[in-house]
Amino acid sequence: MTVSAPSLGTVVHDEVVAARAPWLHTVKAGQTLRIVDLEGNQAVDFLAYSAADDAERYSAQDTIAAQGNVFLRQGSVLLSNEGAPMMTVTATAVAYHDTIGGACSCESNTLRYGHHTKAQHACVENFLTANARHGRGKRDMVSNVNWFMNVPVEADGALGIVDGISAPGLYVDLRAEMDVVVVVSNCPQINNPCNGFNPTPVRMIVSE
Amino acid sequence: MSDTANPYAAQAHARAQAGTRAEAMPTVPATDAVDLPQAVAAADVVWDETIAPGGYASRQIARGIRLRLTDLAGDASPSLLLFNAERPVERLNIADTLKVQWNGYLGQGRLLLSDMGRVLASLVEDTAGTHDAFCGASNQASNARKYGDGFNHGACPNARDRFSLGVAKFGLGRKDIHPCLNLFKDVRIAQGGETVIDIGPYPPGRFVTLRAEMDLIAVVANCPHVLDPRPAYAVTPLRATAWRGPVTPGADPIRNATPEGLRAFLNVEDYYRR
Repeated sequence: MTVSAPSLGTVVHDEVVAARAPWLHTVKAGQTLRIVDLEGNQAVDFLAYSAADDAERYSAQDTIAAQGNVFLRQGSVLLSNEGAPMMTVTATAVAYHDTIGGACSCESNTLRYGHHTKAQHACVENFLTANARHGRGKRDMVSNVNWFMNVPVEADGALGIVDGISAPGLYVDLRAEMDVVVVVSNCPQINNPCNGFNPTPVRMIVSE
Repeated sequence: MSDTANPYAAQAHARAQAGTRAEAMPTVPATDAVDLPQAVAAADVVWDETIAPGGYASRQIARGIRLRLTDLAGDASPSLLLFNAERPVERLNIADTLKVQWNGYLGQGRLLLSDMGRVLASLVEDTAGTHDAFCGASNQASNARKYGDGFNHGACPNARDRFSLGVAKFGLGRKDIHPCLNLFKDVRIAQGGETVIDIGPYPPGRFVTLRAEMDLIAVVANCPHVLDPRPAYAVTPLRATAWRGPVTPGADPIRNATPEGLRAFLNVEDYYRR
């Protein structure tokens, strides 16, 4: 971890998520989730649901509209589909993060790279796996956050996942504004630079 | 004595209302529709409806049908949801739509992709070229801030709650309201990621025509754009007109325009191989 990271309160959960794996954890209002990009340029696909009502969930479009910007930066507030603050980016060592690129899936991989990639593991598979144990399914898939992923938009609208701007030990801190169920896919994609073509572990620290 | 004091009087009163014309109403039968595109025969029209300012509609659209949404007066603001009618858990995926096509701005020739690697609809005509795939639907909170309230029962309904009614008519619920596409109101992304909206004014009569590449449920909410800076609830009627057409042939130029898009069509054709 970089020396510049804000000091944490009492750590209540500390876990390393293996490369390519899903993760699900409830973060209570007031707690902070720190995600650490241990080895650098590892996309962390991220969804959040209100613990009280999981039909209320992170909305990339509401978040973009309210802040007037497609990038998530320090100070960004993740809004729900009902316009309620779910989490705040209280600190991050990376200039900006993505929330327009969505999650990779077996099916979209067939479009992006060819049908030979259909059998590869993908973020939607991780989201479905983690959510299935909590009664959620495909209807609960919406546009997600991609921490540590770089998706620039050019003047003509051209956009794409390009080489990352993160580095080993860089982090993002998210303070929960309500009780939220966080679901993460530690992205297994190997066909574009979102993980530097090499998926690696990330660390999840919850403190209060 | 009142006109409606007994059932027979009330019946006569009710029946006397038939034939009333309103600005926002469906044309039934749809084959009575007028002011059709030149090449469209009235007999092929399957849906024609004027959707009120603040109104909504939801409709099943068969594969091959063309759906034209026309901004009649220059200030319509439709937000659109799309589902595979046969299995609505497959729906429009905005992130895949942009990412797979390597572009954030939708217009003529672009595809609307599902979360299952298939093309739900093609944008076969677009005289506007000013749309928004980034900012999504207004909601009760955003409308309450701007207009005092956003209730379905009030004067300033919000797009999300309109969607909740539109999807409910097909047995779907709040979890099914996926990220949407906003038509006619332009949002561009500036160099620092800023959203730049152009709310108009735009000329009347601009339209987009979608070609259904799968059997669809289309849900449209015609509410002011979530970033509309005007203090008043400003939106004008939207016309939806749909007519029969052929399923996209192998030589179609939109089908073959890009390798990614062609694979989306191939996946559709594979889905319907039964």
